Amino acid sequence: MTMPGLAYLPATLAASPLSEVLLFYLLAILTGGSAIGIVVSRNIVRMAVALLFTLIGVAGLFFLLNAEFLAAVQLVVYVGGTLILIIFGVMLTSNSPFARQPASRGEVVLAVALAVVLLATVILAIPYSPRPVHATGEAASLPSPNATSRLGVALLGEYLLPFELVSVLLLAVMIGAAYLARARR
Amino acid sequence: MAFSTPIALLPLSLSVADSAPEFLLRPWLFDQVGLPLNRWTDVGFSVLLIATVFIGVVSLTALLGIWGERKVAGRIQSRHGPNRVGPVGLLQSIADGVKLLTKEDLAPGVADKPLFRLAPYLAFVPVFVAFLALPFGPEMAFEPRLGAGVFWILAILSVEVIGVILAGWASNNKWAVYGAMREACQMVSYEIPLGLSIVTAVLAAGTLNLVDLGHLQAGGLHTWIVFKNPFVLGAFFVYFVASLASNKRAPFDLPESESELVAGYHTEYSGLRFSFFFFAEYAGMFIVSAIQVALFLGGWNDPFGLIGYYHHRFLHDPAGINAWGLIAVNLAGVAVFLLKCTILIYVQMWIRWTLPRPRIDQVLYACIKVLLPLSCVLLLGAAVWTLLLPGIDGVAWRDYQPFAWSTWQTARGALITQGVLAVLGVMGCAAIVIWVLRAFASGRGIRKRLTDPAPIDLPSEPPPTPPAGGKAAIA
Repeated sequence: MTMPGLAYLPATLAASPLSEVLLFYLLAILTGGSAIGIVVSRNIVRMAVALLFTLIGVAGLFFLLNAEFLAAVQLVVYVGGTLILIIFGVMLTSNSPFARQPASRGEVVLAVALAVVLLATVILAIPYSPRPVHATGEAASLPSPNATSRLGVALLGEYLLPFELVSVLLLAVMIGAAYLARARR
Repeated sequence: MAFSTPIALLPLSLSVADSAPEFLLRPWLFDQVGLPLNRWTDVGFSVLLIATVFIGVVSLTALLGIWGERKVAGRIQSRHGPNRVGPVGLLQSIADGVKLLTKEDLAPGVADKPLFRLAPYLAFVPVFVAFLALPFGPEMAFEPRLGAGVFWILAILSVEVIGVILAGWASNNKWAVYGAMREACQMVSYEIPLGLSIVTAVLAAGTLNLVDLGHLQAGGLHTWIVFKNPFVLGAFFVYFVASLASNKRAPFDLPESESELVAGYHTEYSGLRFSFFFFAEYAGMFIVSAIQVALFLGGWNDPFGLIGYYHHRFLHDPAGINAWGLIAVNLAGVAVFLLKCTILIYVQMWIRWTLPRPRIDQVLYACIKVLLPLSCVLLLGAAVWTLLLPGIDGVAWRDYQPFAWSTWQTARGALITQGVLAVLGVMGCAAIVIWVLRAFASGRGIRKRLTDPAPIDLPSEPPPTPPAGGKAAIA
């Protein structure tokens, strides 16, 4: 199987995983490091900035996997929407200019327990996941040329019902938010 | 796991996987120079390209944009604008840049220093990265295989807002925070009509890839997506308004409205960090205009479809690919693309200096109660239109014979609509051009009268004296 994007490169070099590995570690360090930053920081806006870099790192990993549409969605939804709303909420609600959020002992224990459970789940799931394997020399399962259009067809074809259910859920959330935010008479 | 440009993190997914001849500028260039093309030279070339061409282009765009803005402002306010440094003041921006470089880099004592320092980069870098996806010509795109191109640029630009909000927040200054909050509301609300109008155009086109979009519109004026159906024409204007708002351009410049908030979110910035915000704004103007050109106005194609025709001809030359011809076509495409962007940027400046600024509630009203329903209706209309009046896939001459009877039979409605809309659009453009020319002419007349006033010509005969018996008659 030839690498689609590198059709003009010699096959041996196109298959070379070295720069991919380098790039993966770069992105992994960015993602993981800033994720640690979120946890360590006590200033809520700095946490948001660290979250920004985590999200960008994850988007980069999606790009590395050739899932460009997913990466763009990641940026639009989380960076352009959620993160801005978080910062906006902080600006509107905090009393002091640089609000600090000290965690209580119970919260720390709960967070550690949750993190351990999640990590264990991921580690246990890895051997069973159909992951691309480099060691065998096989190319990873690359998305087809028109990944975006195939995604659209799948969402509005095979997975129409879940898609519509999620839409209805979002609509309900929106109506609920409007109800909560309405002017009191 | 394939990529050739790790610096930009661009993915590669081959959009056309057929046996059609393909001309790739980079391998051809390497071949001409005699360099071997492998991953490392490829990456090196990418780095070189970004470091020289792209940084140069972005800086030049910003410098010329700032100069142009001041010239346009001067013209609209009946003054000269910059005219001392260099010919017609062209070097004024460079002089200002040197001034900004030599200024002290100040940060308020109460600011959140790391975030304060970081914010300008967060505002500037996304705009710069977005340049990498722009299709300047058929082969003049940094990454032509970017499948989700339009969407990807939108995603990248949404990072810019964070920079602006952080700048306002980290300054710890109430004007800056007000500016940042306005920016947040404005961006979050105007992103929706912006996205929906883009989706309307994408619906008519059927692809998100910016280079494919350009090839789709290669058949002359009537194949431009803006003339595909009336709803896309409406979306064109919705996009323009929303892009002004999302780029903080007047009349939507509330985040930095000078008369209310000192300078808004960049009140506390000075020197080079301030200039990053300035650069981001002017480069952002170019980016939104470039998306509009690529998505609605035919991209690099001229109104007569000549570029598309010659590109096809040189690529399918029976004697092999005509590389030099293709390069000439590409350069012509770049010129056309830049010209269209310049026209749109001029309109943005024109609007800035002629419209007053609304209040923030009016801005949000315009978005949520006017533009948002309008763009929803346009999207729905475009979807129904595409369902009922299908056009022909592809481009005239290249994929089908435009004047053949079968073409007429299959796509009658679509062709008539496109033709009528194209004629209407051309008439509208012509009307605007004539109007502008007349305004220039009358302005010139007025200026001439003001600078060189004609002597007040006294009436040659003395005013008629009242009749002698007037007073007596009144009395």
